[in-house]
Amino acid sequence: MTAHVALAVAIAALSTGQGKQLYGQYCISCHGANGEGVAQARTIGGAPQRIQEQQSARGPSLRGVGALAADFYLRTGYMPLHRIGDQPRRSRVLFSDLEIRDLVAYIASLGSGPAIPRPQPQLGNLAEGLHLFTDHCAGCHQVVAQGGVVTGALPPALDDATDVQIAEAVRIGPYVMPKFSETAITNTQLNSIVRYVDWIKHPDNRGGWAIGDIGPVPEGLVTWFLAAALLVALCVVVGKRLKRA
Amino acid sequence: MIRRAVRYLDTRTGTTPIVRKTLRYLFPDHWSFLLGEIALYAFIVLVATGIYLTFFFVDSTREVVYHGPYVPLQGQHMSEAYRSVLNISMTVRAGLLIRQTHHWAANVFIAAIILHLFRVFFTGAYRKPRGLIYVIGVTMLMLTLLEAYLGYSLVDDLLSGMGLVIGYSVGLSIPFVGANVMSWLFHGPFPGQSTLWPRMYIAHVLIFPVLIGTLLTVHVLLVAMRHHTQFRQTATETERTVRGVPAYPGQAPRSIGLMFATAGVLFLLGGLVQINPIWLWGPFHTYVSTNGAQPDWYLGWLIGALRLVPSFDLVIGKYTLVPNPFWGGVAFPLVVFGFLYLWPAIERKITGDTAFHNLVERPRDNPLRTALGIGIVTWVLLVFIAGSSDRVYVWLNVSYTSQIDIYRVLVFVIPLLAAAIAHRVCEELVAGEKVERDERAAEAEARLART
Ligand code: HEC
Ligand code: HEC
Repeated sequence: MTAHVALAVAIAALSTGQGKQLYGQYCISCHGANGEGVAQARTIGGAPQRIQEQQSARGPSLRGVGALAADFYLRTGYMPLHRIGDQPRRSRVLFSDLEIRDLVAYIASLGSGPAIPRPQPQLGNLAEGLHLFTDHCAGCHQVVAQGGVVTGALPPALDDATDVQIAEAVRIGPYVMPKFSETAITNTQLNSIVRYVDWIKHPDNRGGWAIGDIGPVPEGLVTWFLAAALLVALCVVVGKRLKRA
Repeated sequence: MIRRAVRYLDTRTGTTPIVRKTLRYLFPDHWSFLLGEIALYAFIVLVATGIYLTFFFVDSTREVVYHGPYVPLQGQHMSEAYRSVLNISMTVRAGLLIRQTHHWAANVFIAAIILHLFRVFFTGAYRKPRGLIYVIGVTMLMLTLLEAYLGYSLVDDLLSGMGLVIGYSVGLSIPFVGANVMSWLFHGPFPGQSTLWPRMYIAHVLIFPVLIGTLLTVHVLLVAMRHHTQFRQTATETERTVRGVPAYPGQAPRSIGLMFATAGVLFLLGGLVQINPIWLWGPFHTYVSTNGAQPDWYLGWLIGALRLVPSFDLVIGKYTLVPNPFWGGVAFPLVVFGFLYLWPAIERKITGDTAFHNLVERPRDNPLRTALGIGIVTWVLLVFIAGSSDRVYVWLNVSYTSQIDIYRVLVFVIPLLAAAIAHRVCEELVAGEKVERDERAAEAEARLART
């Protein structure tokens, strides 16, 4: 761990200059001149078990959020936020890989924070992952990670989340998502969760065409617009033949 | 050969007159009269596949640890019931095919009943002397909804467990008796005692199927005794003539064909299209839930109603008389089914028409009924669509609360509008026919004058 921090600091020293410039261009309006944040308290919705009340409508302080948060928010395209007050959404990433590294280094240099995690899903256990995901995440992200609705936010489907981003999200708790400490979810457990989320992108679809993996709504559509339509058409055909008989 | 067999039967049972009468039964030849048959055949598929499933299903919520071949669930605690359905889906030969076919058949069964009901309602086929047939039909629809809900709940996966929680809270919300009835059914508070699953199971595989099967038999026998209705085919046709296609050689072979076709469609779906992949949902525990849980389509209208009713309880003093789920979960279906049951009597009152009717009307011939029916169908349909507003939010990004607000207005406005439009369309169609008829008469006259 310390080695990572040391590395991050070393890189930071080299590239903070470029990073600071980009920051001034894209981020300063919301996060303040030196990442101290722009306060403007406001209430947003919460999750089922948890109401998150005060959150800055402009931008929170970035001091101490570390490379971890910066990397997550930039590589998902969550930042720069398009409109104040919106939920950050996955969108086109504005910066090149190099620029992201510079920005991350700059933000990491603002205070001591966690480094970018390196999850190792191959060490995780799929069954444990499903179990933990159902316990901690399915209430928001839906059990096969197809996304859902909570008051005030849309927990996204996790189809596009990379291994690193999953680990980062769990540690950050972006927007209304709770933040999970290393005692709540250990790094070993996190490996299992990442393994599960990876697996569920291509789940075990025995039984045929999966129609979206979210169950009853598309099943109802198939019932009416495929099965019932077909059977009514059959009735019409048979009815015609009856007329001729 | 056939003749020998027939003679063998006849000399021992004397059934020839009955058989002969059956074979000469005249069927109406319009396609819409076949919708009920689809329901019948789906029911047969349900019973057949259901029997196979009973060989492997275990009706117990005893907690066990899964050690089967499905890796993502290995080592997980689950009920024996859920494990047995996992085994049906994973290891039992043809288990998944049969399970999926059973579920598709249930979905299609209810769809077919409703289409059949539309035919009966919009043509006035429920009028005297077929009132009892109609009442039995509506009752079967209600029983079928309960039966399907039971079957869905038995699996004890995450989604069905959440469905059971909702059902439980709706049951609790019934004023005065709800709490007692639910604690009697569940043998205590949710999630109930170990007796609950055997109870649900016996209801699902014996009580309800036998009830539905018996009513179905009576329903069909009564249709045969009162004879089918039919559309008027010539202007001079009276309520007393019976026209149509004889059972043999006209109708029966085609009906049998329709049966195989229905079974074919259902088994194809069962084999090719996934339904309720319970291994992905995982087992139910009272402390877990998933976002985006939805019921099967035929209960969607109730979820929609639960969502649309503003959150309020009827409170008197310290006593909550009517908890909120009552309105959407009990009152709404009561209104819909109440309407279905009472409509024939109401119609008789309004029109004063108490005569026997063997000829059915086309929807356009009775604009009032058609408009009313369209209005109610639209109403239920909108409530139903509102039930999927969380998915619509995810797919189309229209905020959930604003959708609900919009629906709260739409469910009152759109049905009225739809009814008005339907009324107008009926009138226009009839007027158009009259014009056509007059034109034809004039032409005929002109032709006559020329010769
Ligand atoms: C209270 C609801 C809630 C819970 C519980 C929750 N999340 Fe989230 N999660 C969210 C929301 C909301 C977002 C979107 C955040 C944003 O837009 O800034 C999100 C975003 C994410 C992302 C980024 C997705 C992307 O592609 O944009 C990942 C990965 C993620 N969550 C994983 C998890 C995992 C793993 C768990 C369980 C340990 C979990 N979440 C628990 C609500 C939740
Ligand atoms: C329009 C205003 C706005 C702009 C522009 C903006 N941000 Fe943000 N930023 C926010 C808000 C609001 C949040 C809190 C989001 C949340 O809770 O998920 C946030 C959160 C963050 C976080 C996470 C903080 C934490 O506590 O974990 C990081 C890192 C971040 N922004 C980086 C950036 C960077 C880098 C840029 C420039 C490329 C940028 N932001 C541009 C508004 C903005």
